[in-house]
Amino acid sequence: MGLTPLLLSRLQFAFTISFHIIFPSFSIGVAAWLTFLEALHLATGRSVYRLIFEFWLKIFGVVFGLGVVSGIVMAFQFGTNWSELARTSGPIQGVLISYETFTAFALEASFFGVLLFGRSRVRPWFYLFSTAMVALGTSLSAFWIMINNSWMQVPTGYAVVNGTFVPTDWAAIIFNPVVWVRFPHMLFASYLTGAFCVAATGAWYLLRRVFTAEAQIMLRMGLYLAAILMPVQLFFGHLTGDYVHKYQPIKFAAIEARWHDEQPASEVLIGWPDPATATNRYAISIPVLGSLIASSSFDSKEVGLTDFPRQDWPPVAIPFFSFRIMVACGVALLLLAWVGSYLSFKQRLDRNRLMLWLTFFSFPLPFIAILTGWFTAEVGRQPWTVYGVLRTAQAVTPSLTTQAATISLIVFAAVYTFIFAFGTYYLHQLLRTGPVGRLVLPPTGAVPNRPMSVVDAHLAVPQRHLVPGE
Amino acid sequence: MVLYWIIVLAIAVLLYVLLDGFDLGVGMLFGLARNEDDRRAMMAAVAPLWDGNETWLVVAGVVLWGAFPVVYSVLLSAFYLPMLLMLAGLILRGVAFEYRAKTQRLRWIWDAAFAGGSLVAAFMQGLTVGALVKGLPIADGRYTGGEFTWLSPFAILCGIGLCLGYSLLGACWLVKKCEGGIRDSAYRQIPPLSFGLLAFLVTVFGFALAEHLQVLQRWLERPWLFVFPAIGAAALVVLAEGVRRRRDAVPFYMVALIFLAAFGTLAISFWPYMIPFAITIDAAAAPHASLAFMFWGEGIFVFPLLLIYAAVSYRVFRGKAGAASYE
Repeated sequence: MGLTPLLLSRLQFAFTISFHIIFPSFSIGVAAWLTFLEALHLATGRSVYRLIFEFWLKIFGVVFGLGVVSGIVMAFQFGTNWSELARTSGPIQGVLISYETFTAFALEASFFGVLLFGRSRVRPWFYLFSTAMVALGTSLSAFWIMINNSWMQVPTGYAVVNGTFVPTDWAAIIFNPVVWVRFPHMLFASYLTGAFCVAATGAWYLLRRVFTAEAQIMLRMGLYLAAILMPVQLFFGHLTGDYVHKYQPIKFAAIEARWHDEQPASEVLIGWPDPATATNRYAISIPVLGSLIASSSFDSKEVGLTDFPRQDWPPVAIPFFSFRIMVACGVALLLLAWVGSYLSFKQRLDRNRLMLWLTFFSFPLPFIAILTGWFTAEVGRQPWTVYGVLRTAQAVTPSLTTQAATISLIVFAAVYTFIFAFGTYYLHQLLRTGPVGRLVLPPTGAVPNRPMSVVDAHLAVPQRHLVPGE
Repeated sequence: MVLYWIIVLAIAVLLYVLLDGFDLGVGMLFGLARNEDDRRAMMAAVAPLWDGNETWLVVAGVVLWGAFPVVYSVLLSAFYLPMLLMLAGLILRGVAFEYRAKTQRLRWIWDAAFAGGSLVAAFMQGLTVGALVKGLPIADGRYTGGEFTWLSPFAILCGIGLCLGYSLLGACWLVKKCEGGIRDSAYRQIPPLSFGLLAFLVTVFGFALAEHLQVLQRWLERPWLFVFPAIGAAALVVLAEGVRRRRDAVPFYMVALIFLAAFGTLAISFWPYMIPFAITIDAAAAPHASLAFMFWGEGIFVFPLLLIYAAVSYRVFRGKAGAASYE
């Protein structure tokens, strides 16, 4: 297979959206965490919560900014590379994305201003309210995006008129049962990402023996939240699997690398799927477990890929492996959260350097789980863009040339690498500096629309010590 | 419904052109600044506002997709490479605001990114409008041209023209927001930029008349439409007077008025076509079910909020911006 505009467009979309999803999944979680901290601060009056809040607000600013910048590209890419999709599904997808822009922007931008400037100008309860509104804005954004993507996975509430998708029932689109499984799955994934990043930061400070009081709170809160949320997340993951089993049997068979019908079905734990021979090489499988996972039964019949026409098969290896990586990350994080919480409960965590190191190194895992989860969902949806209705090959821009698509892929890769490298560098600087005992002065140049400028004030005024608290 | 969304789209595009226009213009003039103090003051004059300005581009983009999907898909696929370069320019100049203050040694990179990114973004926008006026090959709601069909001397002329126009807006903004040396040099930049813009506008209008007889017909049938060019001419006179008397607040609004007049002239020349003489507003509009769903939520509730929000942030940052306020 040569480099076609189709393949290049898919690579470009995969690259830009994978890059983008890192930032919102983090900022959704951290926005919720900030709300929680502010509520604690109001309830207890302890200034340590305020310190941690100010610290994570700065991190939030940088990540939020990178998310906004990389998100703008997404708003245009549907038209540049997928013009047939944009033209035919615009009456549904364009509308959903416009709601995302309008509602998320209105909430995030307005109340983020209060977060930056408002501490001394508004009442404490209103400041808390503003924090909650920013958190709501980031979650609403995810909500519309998940409705949009779920419509591509399981399209509902539409009719095809003259080759375009016409919405016939908005309630069916928005209250699609699939949305209400996948949206919580994504939302909890974001909360867990935030939780593990916070816990990892706490563990890092404890290992370096700095900011001990703040670090203990970060570590404990992160792990406790994760210990509660991880099982819930695994449950919603299971429900997500159920919808795939029900609505997208080919994707399900690809994820399980199940080539032929089986009754009862076995579960391939690991192996190397080989589409040429429709078998798995070096497979380790457990009998009956496949039926148990798919249908909660010991003798159900599970369908295999060979039941379907070859041209409807997704690539098998990517969903198969990325799903297993996601589950492995999930299980590892569950164990970490439970063991860590237990040790913390017994007051033994702070001295257990192994656990601290493990917690510190856990922070990439939620990101990996989110990315591989999306790979499973999106690659598994192939060869369709709108499942069962519009093929990816028909969605691509007809006039796009290999040359133009190559240029754009290279430009995006270069620009993103460039800004990501600098962004990471500044985040590292912020994290190293830590929650030092001074407050962010309202930066004179900062505005709600310029979230990264929070960092300016912090780096530009290094020697001003203010007493935290009211 | 269609009319409502075309108005929302027009407001979003106009606001984008006027607001991001001045900060892209300041970005281009930034490339001509002589010393670090000047550069810092110029950045300070737009730093609090540029991101909000750019939001209107995204708003226009998503309204176009939701309400006029055919136009969205044709425009973006026809202008694949210009859009790519515009986005890359906007990203680089955007992060330059945040990153240049954090480094001494590598500051030149971000200075170049700021000026260069602004120039590329402005040029690509002008080029796009020029190529649109010239006409795109479209069949059955799809773009059928090649990857460089947009490239023509006329389109390049329009690219240069918009760079001049944005720079003029930028110079007027600097006059309004700055003091001292910056303001004086901006005053000196206004006359040549104005003449350049004027020559360009006359050329474009002449070209549109010569190329599309339909346009000429429309203007002859409705002579009262000449009120738009007349407004532009009047604004030019006031602009000259404002510059002569050094009234800091006047030039920006006059140039904004010239832009408004040019925008109106262009829109009326091609009404009811969204893509000249190929796709009309009605042909491009999404089904009623889509437009109505947008209207009853984001249309009547959120859109006014966005306008109020923009007005409030301009109010907060009114008056002269001190150089020290941006580090």
